[in-house]
Amino acid sequence: MKFAILVNEAPFGHQAAQSALSFARAVLSSGHDLVRVFFYCDGVQNANRLAAPGNGETNLVRDWSRLASDNNVDLVVCIAAGLRRGVRDANLAPGFRISGLGQMVEAAVLADRLVTFGG
Amino acid sequence: MSDRPAPLHTVNKSPLAGPALQSCLAHLTDGAAVLLMEDGVYAALAGALCAGLLADALRDHPVYVLGPDLALRGLAGRALVPGVSIVDYEGFVTLATRHSLVQAWV
Amino acid sequence: MRPKRLLFVARCPPHGGARAAEMLDAALIAASFGQDVHLAFLDDGVFQLLADQQPGPDGPRNFAAGFADLDDYDIDPVWVERDSLGVRGLSAGDLMIPVTLLDRRDLAERMAEMDVVIGS
Repeated sequence: MKFAILVNEAPFGHQAAQSALSFARAVLSSGHDLVRVFFYCDGVQNANRLAAPGNGETNLVRDWSRLASDNNVDLVVCIAAGLRRGVRDANLAPGFRISGLGQMVEAAVLADRLVTFGG
Repeated sequence: MSDRPAPLHTVNKSPLAGPALQSCLAHLTDGAAVLLMEDGVYAALAGALCAGLLADALRDHPVYVLGPDLALRGLAGRALVPGVSIVDYEGFVTLATRHSLVQAWV
Repeated sequence: MRPKRLLFVARCPPHGGARAAEMLDAALIAASFGQDVHLAFLDDGVFQLLADQQPGPDGPRNFAAGFADLDDYDIDPVWVERDSLGVRGLSAGDLMIPVTLLDRRDLAERMAEMDVVIGS
């Protein structure tokens, strides 16, 4: 089955982004397709490579990048939500790309299930 | 319960922090199920204020709770409302495949 | 590919956070991409539709004015849960646009018939 994931919360302010990552890994380990993870609202902060968590802390930005490189997952950041919050090409973490809300709509259309995390 | 695929509803807020759980439970249709996650798992505690609400829902609907989120909060060994089932993330994925859609009550 | 029935569920009030404004943006984009978009307002989300919201000079943009454009996007009718209005001392006459009032059971049935539900 084809899944898409919508992440609406920042990586360190809320558990939702971590939940989304765990769910994404479970989708892949269960043998399903993950067509796209779309980052919207405060979720765009998951793509900010300037985030520098302390030693021993989870680094979700890095973990998303690894998920993308290891599994060829499409990580898309909403351009409008990103610009509002200072997430742009200059500080975009590896594996993410910036595009419009149309990519969220497309993900919802392409996937059999869209699962929302955060709010 | 009908055989028509129905939604899976997720709740990620503590039942005492807002109306998410109550509102979710009031909108369950035939075949719908509930998954408690993040701070939503507190609703599964036996003896909690909303245990009755959950018990009522359980008469007609399966209620699941995300095990890793229970463990994270020190609730892994706690008594839960009878009938609540613990799932892991793979279980969450399986539930999502079996239901028609996933609706998040955030 | 056939359009999907996409429902945006608004449950948060309008100005305490950015969620309401950003979800309206998403709904309008989805409609402009030819999807069959629906909006449902319940719980504190009904406050989003209250008439006479007055943004101050320093405040956020009055995104709620965008609700007036919903019929241009073929997002019509807008569903509002009757019980959510009632417990807040409101009625349909307090809202800025015409809406379809639904009882809880009816709204639940309509939500369950969607292809995708995005909550907020």
